Amino acid sequence: MVINTQGLSFTFGKQQVVKSLELQVPEGSIYGFLGPNGAGKTTTIKLLLNLLKPDAGDIFVFGQDIKSQRISILSQIGSLIEQPAIYQHLTGKENLLNRALLLGVPAQRVDDMLALVHLSSAADKKAGQYSLGMKQRLGIALAMLADPKLLILDEPTNGLDPNGIIEIRELLKKLVAEHGKTVFISSHLLSEIERMATHVGIINGGAMLFQGSIADLQAISKPLVRIETENTVDAANLLTRHNYQLAQVTDHDLFVPYISKQQMGEINALLNKNGLAVYSIGKQQKDLEKLFLDITQNA
Amino acid sequence: MKGFILSFRSEFYKSRKTLGFWASIMLPLLICVLLFVGFYSKSEKLVSYPPMVLWLQFAGAILAVMGSLVLPMYIIFIAYSVNSIEHRADTWKTLFTLPIQRWCVYAAKYFYAVFLVFTCLALFVLFTIGFGNLLSVVKPELRFDDFHMEKELAEIYFKLFLSSLGILSIQFLLSLLWADFLKPMGIGFVCTIAGVILASKGWEYAYLFPYSHPMQAIKTMMHRGDSDHAKQLQIDIFTKDVFVSMAVGVVVFVAGYFIVQRRSVK
Repeated sequence: MVINTQGLSFTFGKQQVVKSLELQVPEGSIYGFLGPNGAGKTTTIKLLLNLLKPDAGDIFVFGQDIKSQRISILSQIGSLIEQPAIYQHLTGKENLLNRALLLGVPAQRVDDMLALVHLSSAADKKAGQYSLGMKQRLGIALAMLADPKLLILDEPTNGLDPNGIIEIRELLKKLVAEHGKTVFISSHLLSEIERMATHVGIINGGAMLFQGSIADLQAISKPLVRIETENTVDAANLLTRHNYQLAQVTDHDLFVPYISKQQMGEINALLNKNGLAVYSIGKQQKDLEKLFLDITQNA
Repeated sequence: MKGFILSFRSEFYKSRKTLGFWASIMLPLLICVLLFVGFYSKSEKLVSYPPMVLWLQFAGAILAVMGSLVLPMYIIFIAYSVNSIEHRADTWKTLFTLPIQRWCVYAAKYFYAVFLVFTCLALFVLFTIGFGNLLSVVKPELRFDDFHMEKELAEIYFKLFLSSLGILSIQFLLSLLWADFLKPMGIGFVCTIAGVILASKGWEYAYLFPYSHPMQAIKTMMHRGDSDHAKQLQIDIFTKDVFVSMAVGVVVFVAGYFIVQRRSVK
């Protein structure tokens, strides 16, 4: 495990913001840390980076205790918390050069990073004049400057346009696949995480509601058989008469809980036998978006 | 130690394009140029003065401005300036997630502020000597070249530097804790006025109040007990107000570190 927390708790005043959190982030994963706004994501990230001191619990990063090995751990982490922290009076390049100076990274790497996040042409422009998307990209370049083993990114696609979001996503996937990095990324958007994460943790009200691989998450969402026929109402009535439970009926489709492939064949045959043309039939996972809402709302 | 040096260099890199940095160079230049122009245009009235009196007049005028109001206000501004870079860019959190010891980050910032104050006062010495000698070149009737007080000037400004450490530490901590300009500025301004009043009224415990120290330093620099003119130019650097200033500086600096460490980074 790259990140492993045990009973991690934190209180702001009287409000407990993080409740006994047990994070398990495997090496080489893209771990999507999901939760609605105010769920405690940023606080958890600040605890992981030792910006806040936990009230209780332990944090191990790369198997080392953050309390005693702070410097060694931080030297292997690149992070972006909330809005990127950028000196507005310096140019994009100067921001990177300043960080390179602090981290003891050769200046050549600054140009590589600028090229990586497509800011080479704006390198000598004051960062204060950057658009939100450019600032975000500069923030990511700053996080990756020291070539860290672990990237901790707090809502990194905030303010990016669709192209920018796709670029970041591809970049993170590439870093994990080709360079063996681990990425811990927080978001309140499941759709974003779903497209790149290998592992997911869902947090709400400071407590972990689900943690596991994307496949585990999909597994707990019960699959359905989606049927598109020429007449949805007649088909629904026919299936009900034959003791099929209907999960959902819409204008164009109807849904039956999935049991087996054979069952799908039987449904198809039944409908055809009764003169209802089947346009399409297939197994479908329950929408993760709904699952996410179910999980966070039922807590 | 490496972390401290890296952080210190980074402070320079970050601030070299800010007003805080340039103020340390422009302030002594501006004041000395103004005095130079004043002496140049009123040279006929000054011709009769002996060289030593000329120097005392010239350097004394600059010191009088500095000691009372300008130095404390400049320190308040510098302390604000080095901290506001991080407040404005919201970069405290990044500074404290770097693989550098927290105390290095804190101490480098503090000593960078000290360095700026030192640079400013050193430039005062340099410019005072430079413009004094320039006066004797452009107005040969002013005999600035017949007397030398480089050593004394350096001692006086060194004393001023030491006497400013107390204020600097306090203002540094205030500016670090508060992101806005008005709180540290307001407190600093009120304390400076109080300090000037206490020191100029000769209150016996004024030496205990850091904001009185620059003025106290000017008042106590002349060696007492000798009526002999030459000996009067002996500078007493280590007077009790200077010791108090240094002690306050060290105590607040150390206490500030623990306050910063205990405070959560937002």
